[in-house]
Order: sequence, then C-alpha cells, then structure tokens
Amino acid sequence: MSDTVLDIEGLSVHFPTRRKLFVAVNKANLAVEPGEIHGLVGESGAGKSTIGAAVMGLLERPGHIAEGTVSFKGEHISGRDADGMRALRGAKISMIFQDPLTSLNPLLTVEQQLVETIQFHLKLSDADSLTRAVALLDRVGIPDPSERIKQYPHQFSGGMRQRVVIALALCSEPDVIIADEPTTALDVSIQAQILELIKELARERQTGVILITHDMGVIADTTDKVTVMYQGKVVESGTTAQVLGAPTHEYTKSLIAAVPRPTLKVHRFPQLSYGGRQIAFHIDDLARNWERPEPSKSGTLLKVEGLTKTFLARNAIIPSRRKYFTAADKVSFDIREGEVFGIVGESGSGKSTVARMIATLYQTNGGKIFFDDEEITQLKTAKDLESYRRQIQMIFQDPFSSLNPRMRVDEIIAEPVKHHKLLEGDAIQHRVDELLERVGLGSDAGRKYPHEFSGGQRQRISIARALATQPRFLICDEPTSALDVSIQAQILNILKDLQEHLGLTMLFISHDLPVVRQMCDRVGVMRQGQMVEVADTETLFAAPKEAYTRELLSLMPKLEGLSTEGLEDEIV
Amino acid sequence: MSDQTSTAPQSRLAKALDSDFFYNFRRSPVAVVSFVAVMLLVLSSAFAPLIAPYDPFDPGSLDLMNGFTAPMAPNDFTGDVFWLGTDDQGRDVFSTILYGMRVSLFVGFAAVSFAMVLGITLGLVAGYVGGWVETIIMRAADVQLTFPAILVAMLIFGIAKGVIPIQHHDQMAIWVLIVAIGLSDWVQFARVVRGATLVEKDKEYVQAARMIGRGRGIIMLRHILPNVLSPVLVIATISLALAIIAEATLSFLGVGAPPTQPSLGTLIRIGQGYLFSGEWWIILFPSVTLLALALSVNLLGDWLRDALNPRLQ
Repeated sequence: MSDTVLDIEGLSVHFPTRRKLFVAVNKANLAVEPGEIHGLVGESGAGKSTIGAAVMGLLERPGHIAEGTVSFKGEHISGRDADGMRALRGAKISMIFQDPLTSLNPLLTVEQQLVETIQFHLKLSDADSLTRAVALLDRVGIPDPSERIKQYPHQFSGGMRQRVVIALALCSEPDVIIADEPTTALDVSIQAQILELIKELARERQTGVILITHDMGVIADTTDKVTVMYQGKVVESGTTAQVLGAPTHEYTKSLIAAVPRPTLKVHRFPQLSYGGRQIAFHIDDLARNWERPEPSKSGTLLKVEGLTKTFLARNAIIPSRRKYFTAADKVSFDIREGEVFGIVGESGSGKSTVARMIATLYQTNGGKIFFDDEEITQLKTAKDLESYRRQIQMIFQDPFSSLNPRMRVDEIIAEPVKHHKLLEGDAIQHRVDELLERVGLGSDAGRKYPHEFSGGQRQRISIARALATQPRFLICDEPTSALDVSIQAQILNILKDLQEHLGLTMLFISHDLPVVRQMCDRVGVMRQGQMVEVADTETLFAAPKEAYTRELLSLMPKLEGLSTEGLEDEIV
Repeated sequence: MSDQTSTAPQSRLAKALDSDFFYNFRRSPVAVVSFVAVMLLVLSSAFAPLIAPYDPFDPGSLDLMNGFTAPMAPNDFTGDVFWLGTDDQGRDVFSTILYGMRVSLFVGFAAVSFAMVLGITLGLVAGYVGGWVETIIMRAADVQLTFPAILVAMLIFGIAKGVIPIQHHDQMAIWVLIVAIGLSDWVQFARVVRGATLVEKDKEYVQAARMIGRGRGIIMLRHILPNVLSPVLVIATISLALAIIAEATLSFLGVGAPPTQPSLGTLIRIGQGYLFSGEWWIILFPSVTLLALALSVNLLGDWLRDALNPRLQ
C-alpha cells in the first residue's frame, strides 16, 4: 500500500431486475492518490456515477456490490454496514452533486447548514464553527462571506451555490471528494471558475478528487489522470495527456474523434464506429425528391429587425406597478438563403426566445420578422401564417420531451403533412416510411412508440418530422446539448448533409462554441437579450471585436493535447 | 432495443401479461385480493337475477309470514330458510342486497363518469388556455370545495325535486342522484388535470404541434389529453368508492334512491329502525357489503396510484 487514498479493485455492481441481471459496473479498477484529480469519463449509462455511489455506499436498491473491493487508506470499506459507512461518508469522503439547486436545503440558511456540518464532524464550539464556516466560504471565493452566510440558498446564483456546496463538502476536511458532473448545470464562464477552484483545493489540501464527467473539455483542462468507461467496463486508464493524446483503445479513439474542436473545423465527423453504432443516412435519395422553391430574390431568406420580447415578471392590477423582464432587446440580424447562422450565448441570454419568436411560438413585443421579403409579424391569423409555418420547421433540444409519448412514430411524422394537406391517403404513409428509411431507422420504426428508442434515435425522428413538409428553413434549438458526444457527432453530420444537399437554411442555437464553429457560416453572439456581435464564423473565432466575445472564447476548453487520429482527412 | 425487435411479435394479451404493470399487480397481495373482491361483488350484482334465490321486487313471491326471519334459521310459520334472513316484508335480505348493489354501483359508475368528463374538460381548458378562463374555473372549484360534497349533492337534489313534476320523482330519482354526486365531485378531476396540463403544455412536443399550426382544440385532445390520463385513472377509482358512499349516505338520509329501487343505503335506512328490536341482520349485512365494496375499490385505487407513479418504484 503506497499512499493511495482510495483504491477500487475489480469492482462489479449488479442491478438484478425482473428480466435479467443488469451489470452496471464490470470489474472496474481505479486508484486515487492525495492531491490528484482523477477523471472518470464515459457516455450516459457507462456506469461512472454508479462507481461514485458504490464508493459512498449510496447504491439504490436493488443495486449491490457483487464483487471486488473499495479500500480507503488501505482499509476495506465495501463490506461495511450502514452505520460504518455513515461514519465515513461526509467525514472522510465527501460528494459534490450536479445540481446545486437541489443539493442544498432551501429552508436553512447557509450558516445553519455549514455550522451544523462542522459541529457534527469536528466537534467544535459554536463560535469556532462559525469562524471556520466563514473562512471556508471565503476560501471558495464567496465575496463578503460574513454577511452572505446569513442568507438562504435561493439568494445565491447557480455558480455561487455550487461554491457553497463545495464549502460544505470541505467542512470535515475529507481525504477524498467525489464530484459527480459538478459543472454540467452551469454556464461556461462559471464552469471554468469552479473547475479552477477544485484544482486549487486538491493541490492545497492534498485531497484526492474523482471527477465524474461526460465532457472531454473538462477532462482535458482539469484532470491529472483519466479512466475511460464504456458499458460498465474500464476500457482505458492513464495520465490525461497520454490517454487523450495517444489513445490505444478503439472506443477512446472514437470518443475523442467525435469531440468538436475549437481550433479546427472538420468537414464531417469521422464515423469511427464502436459497437456497431454506425448509421446509414441516405441523403441522396432524399435530395432527388425534394421540391426546391424559387430562391429568395434578395438572397436574404430571413431578416429580423429590432425584435423585442418582454415577459411579465410581477403582475399587478395597476399597470404602472407591473414589472417586466426583457428577454430579447432590439435584436437584428439577417440570414442568407442556404447558410447556417449560429446564435451563441450563455443561459438567459435570450437566444431561445429569439428562435421561438421566429417559430411563431411567442408573440413579439416589437420589431419585425421578414421571411422571403414578406413581413411575418403582420400576419395575424393562423390561416395567414399557414404558408410560413409549412416552410419553417424546428428541431428541439430535449429528445425525450419533443415527441408525444402517446403517439406512434408514424403518426408523429405524418402530423405536419396531414395538417398542411400536402399529401393524401397512401402517399402520406409512403412519405413517412421514406423519411424513416432516410434517417436510418428503417420503416418498421413507424409502428413503435417514442419510448422504444434511444436519445439519438429520437432526435433522428425529430429530424424526420421536421423534414416531412420539405421546409426551406430549419431552426435548431440546442439540438445536441442533451446528447452524448458520439451521438452529437452523428446528428451534426446529418444536419451538415441536409444543409449541403437540400440547400436548407438554418438557424443554429447553441451555447457550445466548438459546435458552433463546426456548424455555422456566420455567428451572432448574444448577451442579456442583446445581440453583441455578428460576424463570419472564422473572423469571429480568429479576431473577435467585442470584449464579451473575447471573454467567451477565452473560456472555451482548448483541447490542444487531443489526438487528431481519424480526423486528418476531414480537416477543412 | 435490438433484442426486442428480433423476437416474434407478441399478441396484445401476452404483452399485457408480460408488462411491468401486471407483474407489479401479481406481486401485491392487497391488489389481488381487492381486485378479486371487487370483481366478485360487481359480477354478482350484474348477474343478480341468476344468483338471487328470490326476486325481491315481485310482490307475488313475498309472504308476509316470512317477515323477520333470522339468518339460517327456519321460519316459525312457513319453515323457509333464508341465508341472511328477511326484512319486515318477508323479503330475502341476500337477494335485496344483490339488487341494491346494482343500484349503488350504477349510480357510482355513472356519477364518476359524469364528474370525470366535466372535470377533465374544465381542467384541460383551464390549464391550457389560462388567463381569466382559468381564474373563473378554478375559483368556482375553490368555492365549491368550501361546501361539503354531501351538502352540495343535497342542494342539487332539493332543487331538482322542486323543478321536476311530482309524478316523475321516483323514476328521475336515480338520474338526479347521479348528477348531484357528479357535480359535487368534478373539482378533484379538474385540479389534477389542470396541474398535469400545466406541466405538459410547456413540453417541446406541444410546441412542435403549435409550430405546425395545430389549433388549440386538437392540441388539447390529441396531444395533452392522452398524457394526463394516468392520474385521472387513479382518482376515478378512489372517487368511485366515495361516490358509492355518497349515494349510500344520501339514500340513508332519505333523499336518494326511492323505496321502489332500493340501494344499499336505502336498505341500511330501513334496517336501522329494527336495530334495537333485535333484528340486527337487516342492517348488518347491507352495511358489511357496502364496507367491502368501498374498501376494496379504495385499496385498488391506492395500489394503482403507487403502480402508476414511477418515483415510488
């Protein structure tokens, strides 16, 4: 036993279910040393969080450790009973969860939560505990800690709340911290600060950290060592530079090749398929039957002028006492026929609001939208909007909520066709089968319900629905942010194909700069409801004009050490 | 996924028997027992003419000499034996219970269906349309909740009695009862459906339908309604038990089912007059039946609520 603090050997976690034994973790090995940040990366369902839960003794029934051991400072802890684990949990091993909103008690002040934890673990007096709590808040970078400690969690912003969670995890001076997707719910700028803080704390206190994440950028920038998991198995493990720079396992290679790079633009993501997940997307057949309308005379398909949207923040009977929140503030831009226009911004910047106004889902409070030189904002009745609605379609963010769970897939895809009376009788079914075939699902997929498909497959159903009316303009609102990186690569490839072969014009909304760089011809940057800067993608990334754009770009994960294997032929 | 598609297509029955829902059912003794009890009671009342040894509504088969016969004991005059005894008129209590349960169950089902249709419609509209429409519907619901359901039902019953001509009272009584109980019960459905609608209407599939240009009516019916029905099923089951009890209460108070069509409540009312004179069976057996019916329906509803709630599994 060297100075390893946490040693996981041959760990298997089983979830016996009614039909079969589900092996969530299969003979995994992992060792963490003091002061080391060990990244645990994999796609959803790979078993990374299960390892965290197994170490903490927080496996949910019927899950249990079937074999293998977890040792803490040389002592087996995997066999301990509930009381034994409780003595360890929080005291020697702490956990930081993904969502800072739910991991703090909303009814207690930060002081109550911190002081109680400190007293419980370190048995200090009230005054000493308070001093210590304030010092901890100060350490995790909360300004004016002696005042803010008296506040409730809802008075803190998301990033500040995650800092409080970290302070809470540090209360007992743990030897190991397990951070389960600690920055996934946060904006990029805050993510960078939180990761920096975790890094500093690990060095300073010689705490071992297991950082569970699906984000290669986080791994590359933060961790010392990395373990890659796939379907419950550890496929590769080593120092971060070595694993990311020269991966040896096929799965790691495919994973790394699918990561969008901030610095190089690829033509298509390579389909280094692993586990037979390659999909066939028959764009040529689709393009043959595609009816292309006359291109817009001015060359500009969509033009937005001074678009404004306000939401009622506080209602009151007297109009002057009502408070409004401006989600979009005089936004102007135009999209040329056949181009992909990106809008980037952090959450709350108003990018989705703009998309929804264009999609006629929100009424505008000011400004004009022109589509093919016709002013859409003047059309009031559903009948007038019919033709516009047929020409625009939208792909939504969450593949689990964008399809009606009680409708069959063929009904879902046929709905727009039926509504616009584009086809009749058998021709509808024929169109549906064709679309399903083209997006690589096979025509028998139509007889199933959405829950029978995975996230990536559902997103392809969503794309099929969007293509059913043969639109000219496609709005993609964060189409891949809920997907794993390899699925994201598939979907992005499909969207690129559509744009290229069908001449579709796209509005692409994303918070992810590297993705925007891969997808868009021109980009608009939004902040707090305003359009800050609009430029060609290459210009924007190479020479940003505005300070805010520069700041956003500087926060992008650099991913410089990442292997470019498999990408060579695709680099533009 | 792939292993599911490769297997031969199962029949609907086989699929249902293999579902997690049915598995959950089999593993819950309470659910199985209460389901069997409900089915037994419902079927025996449905087939009452075949099962009942006597027809309590045929005056020709009644013999006043058989009045007040104790259960399982031969009558002093005629020597006839009745399983659960007879009432003052010489009616067989067992047969009367079977026929009375028909009325109770019919009123219960019909009242719940009425409340359900009303509540779902109002809840959907309130949740989806919002604004002042929602305010009016939900405030009406709040006001109604401040009155006990039985009071509302009695009020409606009283109004109906005043409006309907007296010669139609007996034949209209059952329908008035259904409307009265239904109107006092729609609030629960409306509240739950409104809540579920508020959740569903922000989901992206509803936005996708709006983007296509679908109208409000179609979105409510085709997209939202099917997705808010599972909590409705749970409430409907529990409401059924409540409606049966409400009917029994009204009938017990003498404002419900008429003596020509006695329900369980009517039988209990008749029986309570003889409780202290020693003829305990006239009130006991209808009461026990009512208890068994309401309890088993309620337990089934409880199980259904847990089974349909994925968070409790």
